Amino acid sequence: MNWLMDFLGTLQATVVDVLPIAAILFGFQLFVLRKNIRNLKQVLIGFGLVLLGLAFFLEGLEQALFPLGKLMAEQLTAPEFLGISQTAAELESDWSHYFWVYLFAFAIGLSTTIAEPSLIAVAIKANQVSGGAVGTWGLRIAVAFGVAIGISLGAYRIVSGTPLHYYIITGYIVVLIQTVFCPKSIIALAYDSGGVTTSTVTVPLVAALGLGLSSTIPGRNPMLDGFGLIAFASLFPIMSVMGYAQISEWMARRAKETRVRD
Amino acid sequence: MESIRDLAPIVVVIACFQLLVFRQPIPDLGGLLFGTLQVIIGLTLFIQGLKIGLFPIGESMAHDFASKGSILWLVLFAFALGFGTTIAEPALIAISDEAARVAAVGGMIEQDPERMRRYADGLRLTVAISVGLAIVVGVIRIIKGWPVQYLIMGGYAGVVIMTAFAPPEIIGIAYDSGGVTTSTITVPLVTALGVGLASSIRGRNPMTDGFGLIAFASLTPMIFVMAYGMLL
Repeated sequence: MNWLMDFLGTLQATVVDVLPIAAILFGFQLFVLRKNIRNLKQVLIGFGLVLLGLAFFLEGLEQALFPLGKLMAEQLTAPEFLGISQTAAELESDWSHYFWVYLFAFAIGLSTTIAEPSLIAVAIKANQVSGGAVGTWGLRIAVAFGVAIGISLGAYRIVSGTPLHYYIITGYIVVLIQTVFCPKSIIALAYDSGGVTTSTVTVPLVAALGLGLSSTIPGRNPMLDGFGLIAFASLFPIMSVMGYAQISEWMARRAKETRVRD
Repeated sequence: MESIRDLAPIVVVIACFQLLVFRQPIPDLGGLLFGTLQVIIGLTLFIQGLKIGLFPIGESMAHDFASKGSILWLVLFAFALGFGTTIAEPALIAISDEAARVAAVGGMIEQDPERMRRYADGLRLTVAISVGLAIVVGVIRIIKGWPVQYLIMGGYAGVVIMTAFAPPEIIGIAYDSGGVTTSTITVPLVTALGVGLASSIRGRNPMTDGFGLIAFASLTPMIFVMAYGMLL
């Protein structure tokens, strides 16, 4: 009974979120395009499924995975676990204190990105459009590794207390250089994959990690240092997707060359 | 079945850390399994709904706009879609409240609930407008066939320049705001719109030209939020 009430609450919230979008779509369709929607019944069923699916998805995350994930982020960043009894200076010199934090950041970035619904949507579309050249799993794994590396580096930034914009600006420069050398057809998709990684699943867990870290480590201000992990998670997939495209192109070319030589 | 594979990594990570690092049993195993089951059902329904509902309507509307030939309406639609999906985004509401708190603590605005609420609402509006504009620019790009990288580079330059002038308190929030604007429903719709447009206009390649809308939508909020922080 309790579960049902929770579920209906989530469903209601999802419907409220989607209403403006539905109003815009149907408003333009009816008043501007003045055309009936093709397969109206199917589209409506699709919307219904999306709503129901999201409600189930969010409710399940909220009930099971988020509490445990957030609890872990707190436990991992707790002073007792990190053994923060020494002076701050001694601590900063030894990054291995935070080994488990970085590993957790990496693992949580990787695994939550694989389950991110927006990324699945983009991967399905990219696979269709490219005629199968871009594999759905290849793209998702490339993005997931990007997020994982990004979040671990972001955790390191909070630990070391270096300014966020140095990392981001360096990241931009790397992206620009990669853009010059990578296959033209993948560029737009790579840029897009930066934006899709951080939604429903990743943000709450990553935010808990950032907040936990920045409030535990001496000398960090959660207001100033707690932010920025999401920015890392949206920058690094761009690099990893372009890198993935470059590597697959290079391997394809090498395979061709060896075949020609034989 | 697919959804089980999508979800397995999270469950493995959480289980491993709990059992091996903390060496504690998993609390409320039944609840965890039940929640995971719901997530699997949810993901399966969502993907099914995408394929039969969101993707087809996004693409068919793109085709209809292209054949109608009116750029003005298309631009209006693009703005409405970007603005409408962002203004109600729960993640954005959370982050703008947080930003108002930071601004109040940092002494940029008075520490008064009314003033903080106005600040947060203004920020939300700013981000929503910036996403609307981003989709408009992205759609015009698809129509004209401009290469995506020049616009993105311009955007990066904008971010870097703004960073130099924006108050330090706002920078972290501004960078994060780029990531939170694109929700789970917006992404499939906007992607379908872009790909649909690129495939209905002659001379455009859906792969090179169709993607990129989301990239704009995550770039402009950074610039606009920093501008907001500077002006107030």
